[in-house]
Amino acid sequence: MAVNLKTPLGEDILNLKAGDIVYLSGTIFTARDLAHRRMIKLSKRELPFDPSGAVIYHCGPIIKEIPGGYEVISAGPTTSARMNTYLEDVLSMGIKGIIGKGGMDPEPFKKYGAVYFAFTGGAGALAARSIKRVLGVQWLDLGIPEALWLFEVENFPLVVAIDSRGNSLYKQGKYF
Amino acid sequence: MKIEDYIIEAIRLAVTKLPDDTVSALKRAYKEEEKPIAKLQLENILKTIDLGGKYSLPLCQDTGTLTFFVEAGVSSPYLKDIKEVLIDATKRATKEIPLRPNTVDVLTNRNSGDNTGRFIPIIHWELVGGDKVRIAIMPKGGGSENCSALAMLTPGQGFEGVKRFVIEHVKQCGGKPCPPVILGIGIGGGSDFALKLAKKALLRPLGMRHEDERIAKLEEDILGEVNSLGIGPMGLGGKTTALDVKIEYAHRHPASFPVGLVVQCWANRRAFVEISEGGVRVWQ
Repeated sequence: MAVNLKTPLGEDILNLKAGDIVYLSGTIFTARDLAHRRMIKLSKRELPFDPSGAVIYHCGPIIKEIPGGYEVISAGPTTSARMNTYLEDVLSMGIKGIIGKGGMDPEPFKKYGAVYFAFTGGAGALAARSIKRVLGVQWLDLGIPEALWLFEVENFPLVVAIDSRGNSLYKQGKYF
Repeated sequence: MKIEDYIIEAIRLAVTKLPDDTVSALKRAYKEEEKPIAKLQLENILKTIDLGGKYSLPLCQDTGTLTFFVEAGVSSPYLKDIKEVLIDATKRATKEIPLRPNTVDVLTNRNSGDNTGRFIPIIHWELVGGDKVRIAIMPKGGGSENCSALAMLTPGQGFEGVKRFVIEHVKQCGGKPCPPVILGIGIGGGSDFALKLAKKALLRPLGMRHEDERIAKLEEDILGEVNSLGIGPMGLGGKTTALDVKIEYAHRHPASFPVGLVVQCWANRRAFVEISEGGVRVWQ
């Protein structure tokens, strides 16, 4: 099934099933290891964004400074498993979607009714096509790849890889 | 053009265009996959390759840690400058291509911003005869590098032990190293040398078997077994987990059987530069 979704995510994500295709539009923000570490130390009100129904993108982009702002050159996903340590904490803030590659622990997605979306790792030049604008950036002191970038995306093509029931495509191979 | 400019061009070539052998292998994998989600991953990969070529964009945002393997001809007049040239080229390439700044201070977590730092870029030196300098450039991503492994097997475990170690490790990595991957395996030499051989083996073109048929057979056996695991493109299930397996070996200590495993993602980025009296040549 293919579905169009807009951020912030609502109850309708509970109907998504592992294997569905989603075209996501709206605002997403990037966070990797260091941004997660900083995020979980803050209270909900201290965060530089509203976490309710928000979508995190595990991504450290290549960004070019242009007059008056930034341009995204290449921005594919990074390995999500590194962020397993922070998963419960971020989902408990109300974050409902995570975009990444390689998969995560499925249990917390079930517990908090959230969804993990996969985009093809390495396909950074293609992902950049779905990112229409850089809306802002926070925590640049962490360095460009680790900063929290706010992106406006349009029809970002994603695969539901872990659904809100905890079904995971990563478990269907024979290798686990 | 200065030598530094050729190095930058070679880095640009490596990060924006994949070698033909890798593109053919990915196209073949796209044809062979049947599951829609596996096909979609390969379709995205092939689209990315097209975009990279068309607009000279880095395919993957992780342009890696710049790693140079230098075969330095002892009579080359350029030898004394090469290290500085490689460091300056790395800094300029970061701005001009651009590359992602990927060099972080271990103590302060500060990113240097220009892809250089303590012992970075990584430069491996090998002195050879003659007056040519040959440089292999490998911008290697972190996701696949995190899946490197070393096993100090016992000599009794032999080739069967190599197979078991590699298969178990690839299983554990699942989708993390961005499959379909290329596996570099180094056997013998000692712990550090086995890993270095494994990384260097990745520079060989895909589809080219090792000249020793016993090693060639081990490469084929491991490739077959890895592709029967079902991990598939991006770990989402499918037939293609690895595009190829490359093995290199050295003699070993009687008591040791070191095996180094270095995993390369589908974005198999590489380029070569040769500096000689006749000029500079850049290729993949």
